[in-house]
Amino acid sequence: MRSKLLIAIMLGAACWAASAAEAVKIGCVAPLTGPQAHLGKDIENGARLAVDAINATKPTLDGKPVQFELQVEDDQADPKTATVVAQKLVDEGAKGVIGHLNSGASIPASRIYSDNGVPQVSPASTAVAYTHQGFKTTFRLMANDSQQGKALGQYATKLGKRVAVVDDRTAYGQGLIDEVAKAVKAAGGEVVGREYTTDKSTDFTAILTSIKAKRPDVVVFGGMDPQAAPMVRQMRTLGMKTPFLGGDGMQSAEFLKLAGSAAEGAIGSSPGLPLEKMPGGADFTKRFNERFGKVQIYAPFSHDSAVVLIQAILRAGSAEPAKYLPELVKTQVHGVIGPIAFDDKGDLKDGPVTLYQVKGARWEPVETIGGPGAK
Amino acid sequence: MDVLLQQILNGLILGSLYALVALGYTMVYGILELINFAHGEIVMLGAMVSVTVLGVLAGLGVPVPLALLAALAGAVAVCVATGVLVERVAYRPLRNAPRLAPLITAIGVSIVLQNLAMIVWGRQYLSFPPVLDIEIYEVAGATVTNVQIFIVAVAGIVMAGLLLLVQRTRLGRAMRATAQNREVAGLMGVDVNRVIAATFAVGSALAAVAGLLIAAYYGIAHYNMGFILGLKAFSAAVLGGIGNIPGALLGGLLLGVIESLGAGYIGDLTGGFLGSHYQDIFAFFILILVLVFRPSGLLGERVADRA
Repeated sequence: MRSKLLIAIMLGAACWAASAAEAVKIGCVAPLTGPQAHLGKDIENGARLAVDAINATKPTLDGKPVQFELQVEDDQADPKTATVVAQKLVDEGAKGVIGHLNSGASIPASRIYSDNGVPQVSPASTAVAYTHQGFKTTFRLMANDSQQGKALGQYATKLGKRVAVVDDRTAYGQGLIDEVAKAVKAAGGEVVGREYTTDKSTDFTAILTSIKAKRPDVVVFGGMDPQAAPMVRQMRTLGMKTPFLGGDGMQSAEFLKLAGSAAEGAIGSSPGLPLEKMPGGADFTKRFNERFGKVQIYAPFSHDSAVVLIQAILRAGSAEPAKYLPELVKTQVHGVIGPIAFDDKGDLKDGPVTLYQVKGARWEPVETIGGPGAK
Repeated sequence: MDVLLQQILNGLILGSLYALVALGYTMVYGILELINFAHGEIVMLGAMVSVTVLGVLAGLGVPVPLALLAALAGAVAVCVATGVLVERVAYRPLRNAPRLAPLITAIGVSIVLQNLAMIVWGRQYLSFPPVLDIEIYEVAGATVTNVQIFIVAVAGIVMAGLLLLVQRTRLGRAMRATAQNREVAGLMGVDVNRVIAATFAVGSALAAVAGLLIAAYYGIAHYNMGFILGLKAFSAAVLGGIGNIPGALLGGLLLGVIESLGAGYIGDLTGGFLGSHYQDIFAFFILILVLVFRPSGLLGERVADRA
């Protein structure tokens, strides 16, 4: 009886060795249901493209062949679900995680990854707080809101020295405008007026009138499209022809719809390069289109997240998070989105921010600030 | 540019919208001594319905004035039906209950209406179809648009009509009688239930008009828009003297102007210590002052408590 068992075990071991490749599990989390499902699927597809391409090169880990396996989970863009699936990934032995999409999901989940020492690379979350919690395992491949505010401030100062700013008193709006104000001063401009509103207001005529009296060259708003749209409309009805700038909260299709003809000429920023400007953009688009169809936004970022994680594992010669984390920190990779390196917080170094302008009721890219183009 | 004049103009336009909504609160309070917290939601329904109807008609190429009238008719129909239904279902059974019960019910109705609107129209913002060509006029260094003039004109006409209705018609007399003493009015042959239903209908029709104007002015409508608007309009009604129709008008205009001046000048007055997000401090500070010295509001009459 005992010998039979021994033989079975030996047979099993032999089979395992014969099946060659060891499997390393990489988690990938994004909302795959609900209104952002198309964006979540974009993240999954981008990562899958990278993992399959690397597996096809027959990678080896410490001399032994290895295959990477993507385990995809749905966080429904919900903070609570995010922590549940994060725990699930950790329990099932994921060695690294690509995700999540929303800052509101990335932040609560990051504690679980950090407690278990599992590195997390987010392709999409931009809230500054995500990488500033003191965790060693948080990384991202997208410019954060502070880099975005800086770019907006620099661009605003190019349009005129007298800048008026408005924020909606949310963490996002206030954080963005604080950075804008700093960048404006650093670029030799002057903040001539700072006004406030809320994320529920619709009437801005009073603050706009007092801004108008200060004769600014530019107005910058930190907030979301439901406020930005009526605000730009009211500016135009007050006879203000001043350029109107905002962050990614208003750089949306919704803004175009809500503001109508008043949207024309407005400028909105968004982290990252436009796909056609990415160094690896053309090749990536071709490979992606062949397999999955159109790129939404995040696929190049999740592709590079997977590349960065897996290359760190291969360089370290170990899939143990504790062993390859130091390699991940030292990442120097030329990805689809451009050169990738992390600063001491895990943020993308010189994360590029692209400015778009509404022309003919469409957002057209006008300029990219930071990133590989800027020296 | 004359900043002060512009701020006062901004305030008057905002204020006439507040006044239209405040009338609904004040009429119901005058008759039932009930604060109908669901009134803001009726305004929201008016905005949502008018945007929807206008969107469909504009898509079909119906001429703009006709489409606007149809949107108004649709909004009035839905709002009146909802207002009367709410009174019948939620308030009438509680008419003789302690005063807290209908108040809580009103809050409940408000939540129900908000969620119904969310189910029907979704969470996203609706945009007012771009059917109005905005023209800007310069008046003594301040700018006004044709839409703003239209808003003030419509609000003025509607309020004048309401005063005529209350002061000069049989229904108006019945309303005033019911407001003074419901039992005695009933004994004198006034059909109290019908009068109360009519009051809700008139108030809801005003809310529909307000909803259309607000959607046209700001260009957006949202299932959540009625809540803050309702609070502001209620404050306006209290400021002017709740239960008093000219009081609602005065309170609305005053609140609009105070808010506008507050937001425009608070930053400069306090040297940047308090920013424009504290604009409501002005409005509520004045509200408190008025209530301390005139507890029944600016135009309200002191009535002995009915024990």
